[in-house]
Amino acid sequence: MNSLRRFFAIVRKEFRQLVRDRLTFGMIVGIPIIQLTIFGYAINTDVRHLRAAVSDDSRTDLSRELIAMVRETQVVDIIGHASGPRQLEQWIKEGRISVGIVIPYDYARRLERGEDRPAQLLVDGSDPIVGQAAVQVAGLRIPGTKALATSRATDTDERFHAAAVAATAATQQFPINPVTAFEIRLDYNPERISAVSIVPGLLGVILTMTMVLMTAVAIVRERERGTLEMLITTPVKTVELMVGKIVPYIGVGLVQMSLILFLGHLMFGVPVRGSLLHLYLAGLAFITANLTMGLLNSTFAQNQFQAMQMTFFFFLPSILLSGFMFPFDGMPVPAQWIGELLPLTHFNRMSRGILLRGATLSEIGRDLWPLAAFFCVMMTVVLLRFRKRLD
Amino acid sequence: MTDSLPSALAIEAHGLTRRFGSLTAVDRLDLAVSTGTIHGFLGPNGSGKTTTLRMFCGLLRPSAGTASVLGMDIAHKAEAIRRRIGYMTQRFSLYEDLTVLENLQFVGEVQGVPARKRREKIDELLATYRLKDRCGQRVGTLSGGEKQRLALAAALIHEPDLLFLDEPTSAVDPQNRRDFWENLFDICDRGTTILVSTHYMDEAERCHSLSILDYGQLVGSGPPREQIARLGNRVVEVETDTPREAQTALHRAAGVLSVAQLGTQLHVLVAEDAAAPVELVTRAMRDANLIGRVHPARPGLEDVFVAVTVARCKAQHKEAA
Ligand SMILES: Nc1ncnc2c1ncn2[C@@H]1O[C@H](COP(=O)(O)OP(=O)(O)OP(=O)(O)O)[C@@H](O)[C@H]1O
Ligand SMILES: [Mg+2]
Repeated sequence: MNSLRRFFAIVRKEFRQLVRDRLTFGMIVGIPIIQLTIFGYAINTDVRHLRAAVSDDSRTDLSRELIAMVRETQVVDIIGHASGPRQLEQWIKEGRISVGIVIPYDYARRLERGEDRPAQLLVDGSDPIVGQAAVQVAGLRIPGTKALATSRATDTDERFHAAAVAATAATQQFPINPVTAFEIRLDYNPERISAVSIVPGLLGVILTMTMVLMTAVAIVRERERGTLEMLITTPVKTVELMVGKIVPYIGVGLVQMSLILFLGHLMFGVPVRGSLLHLYLAGLAFITANLTMGLLNSTFAQNQFQAMQMTFFFFLPSILLSGFMFPFDGMPVPAQWIGELLPLTHFNRMSRGILLRGATLSEIGRDLWPLAAFFCVMMTVVLLRFRKRLD
Repeated sequence: MTDSLPSALAIEAHGLTRRFGSLTAVDRLDLAVSTGTIHGFLGPNGSGKTTTLRMFCGLLRPSAGTASVLGMDIAHKAEAIRRRIGYMTQRFSLYEDLTVLENLQFVGEVQGVPARKRREKIDELLATYRLKDRCGQRVGTLSGGEKQRLALAAALIHEPDLLFLDEPTSAVDPQNRRDFWENLFDICDRGTTILVSTHYMDEAERCHSLSILDYGQLVGSGPPREQIARLGNRVVEVETDTPREAQTALHRAAGVLSVAQLGTQLHVLVAEDAAAPVELVTRAMRDANLIGRVHPARPGLEDVFVAVTVARCKAQHKEAA
């Protein structure tokens, strides 16, 4: 009874402060709008029209066919013809082109023999976006006969054969990282990254940033202003305080989530193919997990600046290892292990599944439990770490 | 120390020590505060007043020594103690973005005061501390005196048996300070023990008993009057036309602890071991070829304070030399 009263007292107080704090309120609304705009419009990851040049030593119908196919992808614009691979490398070095296509004199013969990697692709590896785009070109398959198909390609499509390779010799001389086409699965068809597929991930990213910061600041601010000294001298229990600090921000998180979904729909036509209820359930688990992370943060941070730094410390791996930035399956296994520990990884899977593929919670429910586990572990650590003392 | 010891002592400390790294903020403090009295902590900045109060509230753990508050050991019964104490922190610690009423309601709720009781108590406190018409005002916009009265009201909302006040009257004008002390005596009258820290001599003098702290050590204790009386005839006054020269001369004289100028008069405190203070000062004046009338004076609490702190200082200098 007393415990509930204290708990509600904290919830009510926190809520009042929240409503009166213009800056926090601005953050709740402002961050989603800014982030959505930046990621949605400014960072156009759907790369097209990279400048490219060809060095065609084969000069056969087959080689011209390959060039035409490359051109059709619209990923590259062929702006010139070089006299040889050396010149292509030079042009890349000078920044005149991003991609060089090398077709050797024996291209047709290689193709006939069913050789792997009959042609080469030189890519300016200093720009990861270019590298990613080049993968699309590298994944191209050229028409051939049954006899020409590689074993891998047979599984999916017998008519095609891959036609790109890295020029390993070039790497020694030039700081140009080639893309080895066959590192990538033949049947890999890079998802065309666009605003529609970025928003479900961005939903989790924005929530991670704001939620962790919110509860961290909610405690640290009391420490800074001296009100914590008063609060911990009352009979209030740590668990009442901590849960009381979380609850108002769950509401904030859900409001923010709605705002992002609404804006995403309005600005980019992001669909909701699955059930909104399922999405909100996943969101609830995810928000709570992040809020608890914020509480843990506050047991270390002495002031708001430190809280901010520590939030960033958690935010960075979340962005990088959750599958938001880079495809999860393409990451090294240890990085995947870390990724599995991060709430964002699981929420990303669920939000993409529900929003884009129309999955139901029962289909993707296995990502719900890690969030619950994360919450329980973090909350336990917080309750153990937070002391009603100043030392 | 048992829980339910029916003790006449609200606070008892033995050898209470708190170190922060190499700094000893509170050094082997012994203390006994009788129930139903106002006990003062007098000491300069950094003498360990706040640290001691925090240890009593269970906010800091002692590095050594023991203490019991309301008969309960501070090391093990911190939570039980918290239910029965009120603590007004040195730094204002209520929510500036909430109104007066909201703050009182919040503190009442977390202190576990039942709803009906809370309403009555808040009404009473608002009336007593003249905050009725400030009710709906955000606390951040209150004046210093209003903030202080609100902080006291908040510390009293659950009717604690023991009240800790850490420099409650800094940022408050003299009239408000006087009123504040009237309030303290009212509270004390109703049976609440009060431990109050201060820099002000006049406030310290009002306490039933007083501990003087310096560099974390207890350098004086007992009722203020007794402490003053113990000074005996060690204070003399000098009337002279050349007070500045006289002050310089007396400062140098052996056996003189401190010289303070009050207008044309000099207030002189002599060392404990000086046999005849008036003669000592007269001789010192004559040696410096200065004319003045020397006569015994009534010591005040300030002299007590100076006597203990300067004596300690000089002792340290001697040790160093
Ligand atoms: N958390 C802490 N860490 C390190 N040193 C501390 C800490 N708290 C207090 N101190 C030191 O302990 C000493 C006593 O501090 P305390 O705050 O108790 O003094 P005070 O008597 O309350 O002074 P004031 O009158 O200025 O409030 C000071 O030298 C202070 O620097
Ligand atoms: Mg202090």
